Amino acid sequence: MDDAAAVAEAQAGHRDAFRLLVERHSRNIFRLGFRMTGNEADAEEVVQESFLRAYRSLARFQARSSFSTWLHRIAANCALDLLQRRKQEPQPSPAVAEEDPEQSPEERLPSPDAGPERRLLSGELRERIALALQQLTPMERTAFVLRHFEGRSIEDISQTLELRAGAAKNTVFRAVQKMRRSLEPMRAPR
Amino acid sequence: MKHLSEEQLVLYYYGEEEGRRPAEAHLQGCAECRRQLEGLKSMLDAVEAPPLPERGEQYGAEVWDRIRAHLPERERPGLRPRLWQPRLWAAGAAVATLIVAAFLLGRFYPGGPHPAVVVQTREQVRERVLLVAVGDHLDRSQMLLVELTHAPESGGTVDISNEQHRAQELVASNRLYRQTAEQVGDASLANVLDELERTLIDIAHQPAQVNGAQMEQIRQRIEKQGILFKVRVVGTAVRAQQKKENRKAHPAAGPNPGGKTT
Repeated sequence: MDDAAAVAEAQAGHRDAFRLLVERHSRNIFRLGFRMTGNEADAEEVVQESFLRAYRSLARFQARSSFSTWLHRIAANCALDLLQRRKQEPQPSPAVAEEDPEQSPEERLPSPDAGPERRLLSGELRERIALALQQLTPMERTAFVLRHFEGRSIEDISQTLELRAGAAKNTVFRAVQKMRRSLEPMRAPR
Repeated sequence: MKHLSEEQLVLYYYGEEEGRRPAEAHLQGCAECRRQLEGLKSMLDAVEAPPLPERGEQYGAEVWDRIRAHLPERERPGLRPRLWQPRLWAAGAAVATLIVAAFLLGRFYPGGPHPAVVVQTREQVRERVLLVAVGDHLDRSQMLLVELTHAPESGGTVDISNEQHRAQELVASNRLYRQTAEQVGDASLANVLDELERTLIDIAHQPAQVNGAQMEQIRQRIEKQGILFKVRVVGTAVRAQQKKENRKAHPAAGPNPGGKTT
């Protein structure tokens, strides 16, 4: 049974059809949730909340977009809500990984012409990226993850976040600028 | 020559159609903009997605097990959806409120003498029921953690499939209690439940059969976090509050008329 048929069955009140959709899409939603929130427990919460929201809204789903796209939008909004909630909670200041004084900047970030081995992210760079992502606002982080990791177009992001295309573009742009500023100290001189 | 803006370069990097052709034409003839684009590309190429925690083939089925009890009853076609939704929300809000009340009772109820309450309202009865529910949840979690830290090895491996299944069940209810605690601003309780939830998720996603070293790692994680101790402390507080409520509800009865005997 494909997604469209399963949705129609689920809309008619058949839970087993919805079960099929849950089983089919859970891993993708977990991936999105993890990329957006950066931790496993929050990603699990995104998965659970997304399917509950989807089920409640199923009657309003119209096949203008695919179920997968629709569900991803719901999940992105669940993750955004969670990030905003977390932001309101008191957080310990993130610890910045100390730089190894014996390691040259060139060794920290691969230069543009570096070979494949050099392109493998070091643990430190990964920490820096995680920290840089944490420093984005929830909206910027959502837009950045959707654009950079999930490959969503600006138009799709604007629909997901209910922003005008210009605002979505600016949000992605601001996120890139901030990421760049955060990672700039690690860049190899050209 | 007017160079491409940073924003135009970002859009170009991501392959957005808007302004792509003029940007392409400009880049062909402008070394400075090509250099800027290379710099942007080297930075953004390095930003890779974090490694994804493993989720097995059965993950979808696990998610279904966790959510199915929380799915509202769907009406059959022909009924107007709006007729039942407000009632559903009202019922949900009532349940959430009662859970909140249960937490608040445990946290803020003054310890001094009170006039005996002879006639209980329906809400008070519900609150007591919910206190029992939270207490039971903490008891079950505690039992799971204790069993796991003392799981016997057999032939160098430990079968934790039963504990995993129970952990999966506990995750969903834990989340509900944690969210409620967060909503009422009870940060300390929410933090303990948050830590418990992470531990439960961690257990739920271990392999069903673990070797001695893996088992030791699980034990060490549980011990390092001190989660068992924290759950005991919170569980004891909830139980004490539950007893107090029982005494209040049945002032003429003994010291623990409705207490749990298990």
